[in-house]
Formats: sequence, C-alpha cells, structure tokens
Amino acid sequence: MTASVNDAMGGAGDLPALGVAPRHRLRLEPAEPDREARGEPLPPAVFEIRDMAVHYGSAQALAETTLDIHANTVTAVIGPSGCGKSTFLRSLNRMNDSIPGFRLSGQVLYRGHDLYAPATSRVEVRRRIGMVFQKPNPFPKSIYDNVAWAPRNLGMRTGLDDRVRHALEQAALWDEVKDRLRESALRLSGGQQQRLCIARAIAIEPDVLLLDEPASALDPLATASIEQLIRALRHRFTIVVVTHNMQQAARVADRTAFFGLEAVDGRRAGTLIEYAPTRTLFTNPADPRTRDYVSGRFG
Amino acid sequence: MSARAASLAGRRPRGDQGRRTTGTPLRPAGNLRRRAAISRAAELAMASAAALAVALLVDVVATVVANGAPAISLAFLTQPSRGLAGGGIANALVGSAVMVALAAAIAIPLGVLIGLLLSEVAPGSRLASALELVLDMLQGLPTVLVGVFVFGLIVTAEHKETGLAGAVALSIIMLPLIARSSQQVLALVPGTLREAADALGVDRWRAVLGVTLPAAAGGIATGALLAIARAAGETAPLLLVDGLYDPAAFQLDPIAHGVPSVPMFIYTTYDLPAPSALSLAWGAALVLLSGVLVANIGARILLARSRRRMGL
Repeated sequence: MTASVNDAMGGAGDLPALGVAPRHRLRLEPAEPDREARGEPLPPAVFEIRDMAVHYGSAQALAETTLDIHANTVTAVIGPSGCGKSTFLRSLNRMNDSIPGFRLSGQVLYRGHDLYAPATSRVEVRRRIGMVFQKPNPFPKSIYDNVAWAPRNLGMRTGLDDRVRHALEQAALWDEVKDRLRESALRLSGGQQQRLCIARAIAIEPDVLLLDEPASALDPLATASIEQLIRALRHRFTIVVVTHNMQQAARVADRTAFFGLEAVDGRRAGTLIEYAPTRTLFTNPADPRTRDYVSGRFG
Repeated sequence: MSARAASLAGRRPRGDQGRRTTGTPLRPAGNLRRRAAISRAAELAMASAAALAVALLVDVVATVVANGAPAISLAFLTQPSRGLAGGGIANALVGSAVMVALAAAIAIPLGVLIGLLLSEVAPGSRLASALELVLDMLQGLPTVLVGVFVFGLIVTAEHKETGLAGAVALSIIMLPLIARSSQQVLALVPGTLREAADALGVDRWRAVLGVTLPAAAGGIATGALLAIARAAGETAPLLLVDGLYDPAAFQLDPIAHGVPSVPMFIYTTYDLPAPSALSLAWGAALVLLSGVLVANIGARILLARSRRRMGL
C-alpha cells in the first residue's frame, strides 16, 4: 500500500490520508466498490463477452477475452499503450468493422443478442450503444443542431426542443449554452465540446455509452467535470470507459478491467489480466502484473 | 527535487568537453561558407521564378486594362453588338451567362456525385484510382478535341451549331475540375466527423448528406466557381460548336440557335476591318478578365471561410 493508491482513490472512501497534500479535486461520491463486498448481487449483465479475440490482418490485437459488463455500472478498462483497450471498446459497438482486415472471433452477446450475427444491423447496434471519442468531435454545426441531428435522422422529431434541452442538461452543459444554442459548436472550449459530444450521444437515448479516453485531451478542471458526469450518468446508462489514467479509473469506475500485453503464439497481443471491483483491483490485486501496474512499476 | 536529480542537472556529458571551441570567433567555418552560398543562390533562383510569374500576370492585366479601359462605357455593357458599326457586348455577356449556367447545371451535380463516389463510397479502391486517372486525362484533353467530340455528338446530329452544344462542351471541361476538387475537399473533412456520425446509429448516406457534404460545401463551391471561371473564358470548343450566330442579335435560346459569347466576340471582333473593332475586343477582354479575377478572389474567400467553419 503506497501513497499512489490513496491518490488513486481520490482521497474518497475510508482510506486514511497518508500525508498527501490536498489538491484541488472535485468531491465525488465514492465509486461504491463495496457493493459487491457487501454481498449485494451485481446488476444483470448487458454484455456477455465469450472468448472474443480480434485480429487486424495477421496481427492479433486482442487475445481471447471473456467477461461480463453489468447494467448501470461504470466499467473502466485500463492498461498500457497498445494493450487493446480501444480495440476492446470499439468491438462492443462494431466501430472496428470499417477497419480493413478486422476480424473478430468468439461471441459478444448484448442483452442476449449476438452483436456479430449476420442478421444484426450495425447501424441499429450503434443506435443503442453510443460512443464518445478521445478527441471532441462536434459537427461543424450549431450547438442545437449537433444534439438534434441524430434524433432528426432517426425520426424522433416530436418534442425535439425538449429532447435537446434534456440531453444538454444531463450532460451538465445546458446552463453554459442555453443562450447561444444557435452558435457554432466549434466556438466552445474543449471541455464543453466533449460534454456536447456526450449530450449528442445521449440525445438518442442509447442503452450503453462507450467512452474512449474521454478526458485525455482536456485540462484537469474539464476532466473533473467529465468524471463527475460519468458518475451521474451511470444511473441511466451502462458505461464503459477506456482510460490510460489509473486515478481516473479509480475515481469513476465500479469495476475495472486491466489489460496487458502478453505473448500469444510467440507474438504480443492485448490480454485481459484481471477484472475485479475497482477497489479490489487497486488495493488487493490478485495478479502480480496488476500489482506492478497499479503501483506504477511499469506502464 | 531530490538530491539525485539536482546532481543530474548539474553534470555535463563527458563527450562535450572535447568539442569545446570557446576561443574561435562565431564565424562560418568548414564547409558552412559554401553551404550558405548555395542556399542563397537557390533562394534567389526561387524568388526570381516567382517574380517572373507575378510580372507576367501584371503585364497581361496592365496591357488589357490599358487597351480595354477606353472602350468601357455603360453603352458598351448594355447594348448588343452591331458588327462593323460598333455597339456593345450585352448580347455576348448574356449569351455567355446562359451557356455557362447551363454547363454548370450539368457539370456541378455530376462532378459532386463523382467526388462523393471517390471520397466516400470507394476511396482508395481500384475503381477510384482508375476513375481518377480518367478524370485527370479528361482534364488534360486539349479543349479543341472536346469541341470536335461535341461537334460529332450534337452538331452533326442536329445539323446546326447551338448554344446547348457549347454548354455541353463547357460542361465536359468543367466536370473533371469539379469532380477532383470535390473529392479533395471531401477528403479534408476530418474522419472523426464520419466516425461521430457512424457512432450515432445513423445510416451512412444520411451521414454523408447531413454531415460530410455540408462540412465540405464551401470548398465544393470554391471548386465550382473556379471551374465556372475557366469555362467562361474557353474559346476553342465554341469555335467549333457554337461559332455560327448572328453577332448583332440577342439569340438566347440555346436549343434553337447558336448563342453569342464573350470569348467568341473577342475572337471575331478582333478580325473585323473597322478601326474601332480592336478597341471593342480589348474592352471585352477586360470584362472577361475582371470576371475571372473576381471569381478567383471570391473562391479564395469562400475557401478560407469554409476551412474556418470546418475547424481546420
């Protein structure tokens, strides 16, 4: 147990402060990792991932992975660069399909339905499983039109103004933009743009939100507000967040999956090493490789 | 900072000490003098070449302005040509506008569709590279050949030269310009926008129409404007397919007759055995040049605005 772990827990919870000077930090409700420890049953699984492996051409990006992702839970995916975190995430809403050479084996069940079955429409998959990217990517349209574009195209035209407002409120952006909804979204700051992208994603009421390093391009204050948002949104959505920032995982996630690079058939591929409640993973990891990583000894 | 870090910062790499030349003045040494001379000569050559290009344009513009300005008057712009008796270029201006508008109406939709195919549907495919080659060859085709082609296609079939034939010839010249510029501008639209649209569960074609195309609209318009400017000054194909018309009349039905045009006015008036004719031809050249310059500057402004809007 070192200071870095306490730091990782954001000072929240019952860990004693080990003489670390208090920094500006948003008050976050603790990530409830004790839910499982208290013997409460986990919410039902939204994703049941069975032996999922991913190749790009002849290169294996992800070794066979099996895990469940639970409803209304924030699941973080951490690991060093190149360990297949993003590949894993993007396989959950078929964003990898457009990458040449992409091949997936095994099975990904979303609420019991095979995500990669021939009859599955990937457009419909993405309607239910939304995604927010590393770099904010608002459309070069007005703030309003950014949020309203997808609902309009998906035929959700009634009460569009309310829908836009509600999405912006959920993304904690409404108060900042309510007087300039017609302005270009490109004039917003980076943090505001990212919250706009989250509003855009939730405006079509998806079931799951996939966040691919949503705060890595943002400054610390904007990062804090995104993290707060993630905690709040889990009541309505199931959230999977990829991050290279362990502290962030510790602050926002209920459960955390740690991926590493391991030799598979003589070549290195991303491999799931440990998947556990966040607090367990950070304070009492079962695998020595996890322990080395979370204590900062590699990666 | 720890004591170890401080000692690291204070230590000098050992190899550095051998290369210390603190005594000599800071003048070029070794081959630096020769390299600097070559560099200066190359810079001079580049600057001269650029100056030559600018000087050529300035000379052309100055000559056209000097010779054409005396002919410009309200009557010159508002009255039709009266052949040997003088007159103006109103009918040629309107004729050119009709023909270029027709050509644009044909070439812009086709060109943008081809650009979308190249950039959104089959980028990097074998089809795309074959199509790019075809477009580039079409763009390099001598325009008189375009005239010959349209002559065979339309004029011989109809047994008359018409404004429509002229417009078709101009549209063939515009098409590769618009298709390639649309492709290039569409390729500038950040891939992250397509990804964002994909991730919202919206069909591909709706994403293209709703996000990619609007983001590129300014740049596509820029390309179209440049193509229009190019077509407006095109003469060779018109000589073949739209050279027979009554130069003194407003013949503006492009299907029924030949239609007058500014380039053809310049070409025919220049040859007329009347003392004022040369001046009229210069005047028309000045009008044409002004139009092309305005179109080019407009295109630049449009492009800058659309790049800003795209966030580039």
